[in-house]
Amino acid sequence: MPYFGSEEMVKELKRALSNPNVQADRLRYKNYITKVIRYMTQGLDVSALFMDMVKASATVDIAQKKLVYLYMCTYASDKPDLALLAINTLRKDCADPNPMVRGLALRNMCNFRMPGMTEYIEQPIVAGLRDKASYVRRVAVLGCAKMHSLQPNTDIDGTIVNELYALLRDPDPVVVVNCLRALEEILKDEGGVVINKPIAHHLLNRMKDLDSWAQSEVLTFLLRYRPRSDDELFDILSLLDSFLQSAHAHVAVATLRLFLQLASAHPAVQADALLCTSAPLLATCGAASRELRFAGLCHVQQVMRSQPGLFGTHYKRFFCGYSEPTYIKFRKMEILVELVNDENVALVLEELRSYCTDVSPELAQAAIAAIGRIAQTYSEKCLDILTGLLALKQDHITSAVIQMFRDLVWFCPQSTAAVCQTVEACVDSPQDSEQALLWLLGEHGDQISSAPYVMEGYIDGLKTELSSAVKMELLTASVKMFLCRPAETQDMLGRLLHYCIEEESDVCVRDRALLCYRLLQRGVEETRKVVTGPKSDPSMSVLTGRQEEPISQWASTFNTLGPLSGCDLCPQTAVISAADQPSSSAEKELLPESTDVTLSSPDDTEEEISLSLGPPLSHETFEKMWLDLEILQRQTMGFPRPRTALDTLQAALQLVKIQTLAFTPGATVPWKAYIYTRSTGTLILAELLQGDQHAPGIDESLVVSVKQQPVNQHAIRGFVSILKGVLQTLNVDSS
Amino acid sequence: MISQIFILSSKGDHLIYKDYHIIMKHFRGEASKDSINVFYEMVTALSGDQTPVVMSHKDLHFIHVRQGGLYWVASTKTNPSPFTIIEFLNRLAALTKDYCGSLSEKSVRMNFALIYELLDEMVDFGYIQTTSTDILKNFIQTEAVSSKPFSLFDLSNVGLFGAETQQSKVAPSVAASRPIMSSRGEQSGKNEIFVDVIERLSVVIGSKGVLMKSDIQGEIRIKCFLPTSSEMRIGLNEELSIGKSQQKGYSSAVRVDECRFHQAVKLDEFDTFRILKVCPSQGEQTVMQYQLCDELPCAPPFQLFPSVQKDYVNRVLIFLKLRCDLPPKSMSQELSSPDQTAELQPKNKALLWEIPRFPGGAQLSALFKVDVPGLSSASLLEVGPVSMSFELAKQTCSGLQIRFLRLAPTQTGLSQRWVRYVTHSDSYTIRI
Repeated sequence: MPYFGSEEMVKELKRALSNPNVQADRLRYKNYITKVIRYMTQGLDVSALFMDMVKASATVDIAQKKLVYLYMCTYASDKPDLALLAINTLRKDCADPNPMVRGLALRNMCNFRMPGMTEYIEQPIVAGLRDKASYVRRVAVLGCAKMHSLQPNTDIDGTIVNELYALLRDPDPVVVVNCLRALEEILKDEGGVVINKPIAHHLLNRMKDLDSWAQSEVLTFLLRYRPRSDDELFDILSLLDSFLQSAHAHVAVATLRLFLQLASAHPAVQADALLCTSAPLLATCGAASRELRFAGLCHVQQVMRSQPGLFGTHYKRFFCGYSEPTYIKFRKMEILVELVNDENVALVLEELRSYCTDVSPELAQAAIAAIGRIAQTYSEKCLDILTGLLALKQDHITSAVIQMFRDLVWFCPQSTAAVCQTVEACVDSPQDSEQALLWLLGEHGDQISSAPYVMEGYIDGLKTELSSAVKMELLTASVKMFLCRPAETQDMLGRLLHYCIEEESDVCVRDRALLCYRLLQRGVEETRKVVTGPKSDPSMSVLTGRQEEPISQWASTFNTLGPLSGCDLCPQTAVISAADQPSSSAEKELLPESTDVTLSSPDDTEEEISLSLGPPLSHETFEKMWLDLEILQRQTMGFPRPRTALDTLQAALQLVKIQTLAFTPGATVPWKAYIYTRSTGTLILAELLQGDQHAPGIDESLVVSVKQQPVNQHAIRGFVSILKGVLQTLNVDSS
Repeated sequence: MISQIFILSSKGDHLIYKDYHIIMKHFRGEASKDSINVFYEMVTALSGDQTPVVMSHKDLHFIHVRQGGLYWVASTKTNPSPFTIIEFLNRLAALTKDYCGSLSEKSVRMNFALIYELLDEMVDFGYIQTTSTDILKNFIQTEAVSSKPFSLFDLSNVGLFGAETQQSKVAPSVAASRPIMSSRGEQSGKNEIFVDVIERLSVVIGSKGVLMKSDIQGEIRIKCFLPTSSEMRIGLNEELSIGKSQQKGYSSAVRVDECRFHQAVKLDEFDTFRILKVCPSQGEQTVMQYQLCDELPCAPPFQLFPSVQKDYVNRVLIFLKLRCDLPPKSMSQELSSPDQTAELQPKNKALLWEIPRFPGGAQLSALFKVDVPGLSSASLLEVGPVSMSFELAKQTCSGLQIRFLRLAPTQTGLSQRWVRYVTHSDSYTIRI
């Protein structure tokens, strides 16, 4: 920030600082020095005053010394030759009888950022390590790390490292922790400081003397220690037990992380630790500092991935406060959605309902989305609320509600009738939800009596419609509508196709129109086969319903910045992507090259391919990929699913390196399972389906649909034959 | 490990800047100081729903808190514990407040040399060294510059504890907002210690007056101006019980769900006599935090009786009757307060009704007529909720009291002890 006239200012300061009258008056002199620092902070370049400041460092006034040192540390790298002049004063100070002066000089000397410093600071540092004042030792220990960072590529000085390891036994707690920090930096290339058994136990015994900052840091260092036996492990844990309840959130959380890691083989211990820490975590969620609140909420969310029930009774803590910032309210709503159960659903919904009329449209829409997610379990109550919201006739609310309706119909077919009845009433849908409304009209046109008239309105207003996505949706919806209510739709479909083919400038829309046109030329039955896909997919909620994840999935990022900055992973976006999927699946059905019906017989002579498990896929990733990819192969197995227990099936698949992600309970019809595996660089996703009502006749047989990324037909054939082999074996076994 | 710490004013002015990380200039280029500007651009460009707490630019992460209208920012290249950094920044702000007397852009500007000195001792090479006033006071040499001399006309600080002044035993509201190490002479002779019981109340009252949620977060905070520390004994209500009570009924026991103590508090007499023993260090510290959920011992302090009606075509009538259920004080104040104001804030779509003083047991009512274009009967459902923010002096909703406050007899010189109670509304929402 170069200030206008800054050069003048610097000159004036220089004059003043070199004025002997000023120098004689200590207060005035110090005032000018303060002024220099003030300009420096503001971003002004005052490096020209270096010489005068060096002179000012020779003083008995420690406060003035500190200011001058601050100046010198900032500009030493710009004026290395002048900085050398200051070193003499500093080295003299390092031998001062006052430990405060010694420490101050040593610390600042190590802070000089210029090459060639090492030779000047090495001797004072080594002397400082043996100083009798702990204050100087603290500074000297970190000085070792600073010295190393000045010359990062030089060999590590073994004697200093040994000295630092020895200083871990220092009586001063800060020296101990500083040693850990310094060793960590110096030995970075070798994997950091070594925490062996004696050091670990020494640190554990010193824990009580440390202040909270040091405690949480030592706890982090202890993460890399592995106890030799269970006895030792439990000794350590019982030593640390009291820290789980520390009044300082950062200590409690750091302890929890250590517990989770050390006790990874003892789930019961982990659960106990989580229970213990839930109180401090909840307290941070209500802390006065909103930043701390946010950090607490993010970590609560992490814990809930494995223990959804842990905070169930405390759901009221996650009600939004009036004055809280939006980002906290969003997090709280996400948590509330996860905490819903039979007892609290009424209260939670009432609370969320009150957010729907919030002044902020973003918040209102998020609240509606939250209700929509709860609707997948408690559809009746939520539908009442959503329907009630439509009466407010607020554009942003209506739009969000309609989008929720679409998702709801897709996930919970039983709510279709109620939704259709409501949609009937709201024909003039606002901007953002046009696609959702059109999808609903097209898919369930037979149940919405006014559907063709609404659609006609859109077709008449086509010329003013800007979004090509809406036009494409309109095309698809009109074709679907034509299939179920031809008499009312035929005329307007004709007009629509004519407009889109003849006058439309957007290529995609034109292409879609041409496709529809040619499809219709092939005859109604042909069209029906292509256009009508499944109207809903209740089994998808198996995927969206959160499964309990193992703690190890998130323990490694617990108490790091990850959970706070990972907002792009938050369910908010997941909801939106799920909301887009019905239309995209409809598009998929429309693609002429769709290989839905292609049956390719597996080639038995195919050479064996190898499958591997690889890193586990999360439900979200699987779901996203499943929706994004196309079915490459759909095949009827020709035999029903094995009658063994599902666990056995899962284990058997695991044996051949096929991972089971989710399946519906044994007795349900249709029965589904989602599985995945990896093979030679590709990821294969598959769905097993039995008793599909859309394909009667083969309901006794198992149908497998395969998706893959990237495409590798060879791998698919291999995968199918392996899968077939396993299933047949199981069938033989069980019969 | 912290790379930089800086304090920015809300307008983006650099107040304090400290770069701890030693990177040679020719490696880092000119980038390091620019990071302040990068941060400021990022934080001001955020939209409402984005989270500002942690932001990343290339490999640098900025973590910041807002206190006193300022940005307190730490940047780091590693992946540290967010709790540690956030609590440290809060502690830094608290220490700044302790040393400068108050927390504002002005006080930080005036005392920047002092804050640099503090930072120098608190953090070395990006590692937190100490934040304890007991240790720091030995090293801090700079005197605080009080941003303004105490003046009766200065009303900006009255908010916190300013309600009651009729009793001579009450400390003036700004008594505790002065630097802990004031210049020798004048005020420093005052050996004062303040023990505050501060409760934050968050309440949701449903549309039919049903109490849906009530929640108290409380803390006992000590602000100590004693030059030397000696053991102090704080006696709480003897009948205080901790944990979910098994039997309810006769006992008027004061109860908290759980409580946590500062690690310096000795609890050997707590179980039997409910006495906390602590050696307070200079400055402010929280010795005990407690919380209480759902079962408040008293009724919520305010009841609202709303009615919303449609009047003419485009007019809404909102009639609010507000009653304070606290016991009336012996000294009655004028009932109809002439200083009330009401304001329509179109930006927030809110009505603001300000009541400067509300005596216990009193009742106030207001009628608002709002013209809304395009009003439908459904729009009435959109009215609400009512959210109240208030401060109750000399009042704790949990009933927690301090029985006595004893300093060790070794304490030399006369010392003044103050106990203050206050309840803030964290979030007090009443649905219509």
